[in-house]
Amino acid sequence: MNKIWIIIKREFLTRVRKKSFIVTTLLLPILFASMIVLPSLFINSDNDEKVAVIDDSGFFAGKLPDEKGIHYNFVEAKLDTFKKSYRDRGYTGLLHIPKMDINRLPAIVYYSKGQMPFSLRGSMEKRLESVIEDKRMEMAGIDKSKLEDIRADISIENLAGEAEKKGSSTVAYIVGWISGFLIYIVLLVFGMMVMRGVMEEKTNRIAEVMVSSVKPFQLMMGKIIGIAGVGLVQFIIWTAIIIGLRLLLLPLLGADTDVSAAGQMSANASGKFKEQMEFVFNSIDWFSLLPLFLFYFLGGYLFYAALFAAVGSLVNEDPNDAQSLTFPITLPIIVAIIIMIQAVVKPTSQLAVWGSIIPFTSPVVMMARIPYGVPGTVPYWQLGLSMISLIAGFLATTWVAAKIYRTGILMYGKKVTLGEVGKWIFRKS
Amino acid sequence: MNVLELQHLKKYYATHRAVDDISFSIPKGSIFGLLGPNGAGKTTLLRMITGIIYPDAGEVLFDGRPFDPHNDIQYIGYMPEERGLYKKMKVGEQVMYLAQLKGLSAKEARQKIDYWFNRFEITSWSNKKIEELSKGMQQKVQFISTVMHHPKLLILDEPFSGLDPINSQLIQDEIFQLAKGGTTIIFSTHRMEQVEEICDHIVLVNKGKKVLDGPVKQIRQDFKHHLYRVSLESMPNPAQMATHHFTIVKQHENGYTVKINEYSKTNDILAHFLHHDIQVTYFEEILPTIHEVFIQQVKTTDMEAAAVN
Repeated sequence: MNKIWIIIKREFLTRVRKKSFIVTTLLLPILFASMIVLPSLFINSDNDEKVAVIDDSGFFAGKLPDEKGIHYNFVEAKLDTFKKSYRDRGYTGLLHIPKMDINRLPAIVYYSKGQMPFSLRGSMEKRLESVIEDKRMEMAGIDKSKLEDIRADISIENLAGEAEKKGSSTVAYIVGWISGFLIYIVLLVFGMMVMRGVMEEKTNRIAEVMVSSVKPFQLMMGKIIGIAGVGLVQFIIWTAIIIGLRLLLLPLLGADTDVSAAGQMSANASGKFKEQMEFVFNSIDWFSLLPLFLFYFLGGYLFYAALFAAVGSLVNEDPNDAQSLTFPITLPIIVAIIIMIQAVVKPTSQLAVWGSIIPFTSPVVMMARIPYGVPGTVPYWQLGLSMISLIAGFLATTWVAAKIYRTGILMYGKKVTLGEVGKWIFRKS
Repeated sequence: MNVLELQHLKKYYATHRAVDDISFSIPKGSIFGLLGPNGAGKTTLLRMITGIIYPDAGEVLFDGRPFDPHNDIQYIGYMPEERGLYKKMKVGEQVMYLAQLKGLSAKEARQKIDYWFNRFEITSWSNKKIEELSKGMQQKVQFISTVMHHPKLLILDEPFSGLDPINSQLIQDEIFQLAKGGTTIIFSTHRMEQVEEICDHIVLVNKGKKVLDGPVKQIRQDFKHHLYRVSLESMPNPAQMATHHFTIVKQHENGYTVKINEYSKTNDILAHFLHHDIQVTYFEEILPTIHEVFIQQVKTTDMEAAAVN
């Protein structure tokens, strides 16, 4: 239909031509990258725990080496006086180990300003335990060098499926997390965009002019599809960035190692990095991931966009209306991200499986599971059922939304009740 | 021939009857006034005519055939009371967009835009955003976008609200021009003096029902109180005014308002003054204004409705 195409074009162009579109499209990947990189940058020595240790028996002397984020410093001081002054001396806490008998452990106390961080407690307890355990084993007659021999360091290599594909659950975890989260953002951001568009048309009273030229359904679908186009362009740009990274960055890293033969160390390091990057790119089946991402991105968007359009058509001038009315729609999206966080850890759990089939949550949850492998982790029947229910789902939401929208955009003044909206849905045209 | 015929249109909402069995027809090329107080059902009626909503019962005939919203919509131009344009869009793009939605090709639309923008002297605004324009300027843009596709039926809901006298006159002239060119115009308003000035026909609705329907001249005749205004060179003595042809309703400084008695004719009044050799300087029949008819009719129907309830 020609008219719907004209509407799609306008909705698409007015948004893509905005500077804010270009900025957000390029900025979001940077934001994501920095979300991964930044935390490690923020870990600096300022935040390290500096622990003063008063070891009455001297048993632990030299056995508490510094570890990541924790520095142990043995002090010779009286507990009572030092307890008052340790913070002035630049310590974050004071660990007091009273005189002890190796078989009867005393109460070890940690003095600090606030509550002891959870991770600090864990690593400190582990450290102290292992020192005690070493000592006890030694006392039981086990030689220290033998002890080293006994200890094992195991890392499991995972070969998945019949092809025994070498995969990495870490990579799957990260990719799953990012894809699921991206879909979540897409649903909210583009859903809200549709809603705001509808609200603009309603409050500016353009809706009335428009529906004297086109059918309300054309107006609604034109907007939804136009904004979907905006999302698609964004998706294409992001895909291009991924492919660009794959094609450009890897050879670049490879070339670097050849040229900078001067430093064997750095060559090794960047070679290793290259290997890791290649592993990341190769351990994911991008050819199934990207099309499926596209499907769930569009399917999820269409599913929710229609509902957001319906809500936009119900809002009057009062922006508070918008908040209370969007809540029933944003709630399942938030539930989806909660399930997704579970699913990305346990992709075959009941919650993850059903969460990835029911269309309210499937776009987000399924994207967290797919990187673990199709059909290994996600059997074909689950994928098929999920896709079919999503298509059926968005046809249903669009049908319902069209009924609400048609009446809603021309209603002014009074606030509508849910009962009335229900009547609109089941009223014949 | 009638461009539009409404036959027993009904639209009931849960709480009230917005349009309750209204029928009327609009001849081609006429300027037709749709009057009624707020909440009378005018907007509902107009929305049914423009195919925005469907009647519960009754039929709309457009050009003699049952109204088909899908096709006939492009022959209708509708300017709602609450103006609506995309605030962030440029004037030129906005008008182009609305014209294309009415089925004009980009090329046709371009020509029409040039024509109308020149005519309204707004070519220089083309690249301005709507939100940068004043209310009156926006109204001009809205009017242009309503008439761009040369509709057979033009529906204007309060087209002059917010316009200064000069622009008001400009739009009014355009309305006359369009009517001369064969466009039928439905004109909905509260401003009665404009109705008399512009409309050929009116329909008055109140509480969802048609109260009055007919040509403006006819209606004023139908509702006249048989009053005449006579101005005289000098006031006669009261004895000279005794007659069975008329009674004095009001005495003015230089004459009278008189009510003619049944069976008497206009010339009987004049003959009376001629007979007494009183110089008449001014003589006119007082016809009620549409405003007066409107208020009277609305009050009557309201009272009837109250009596029924």
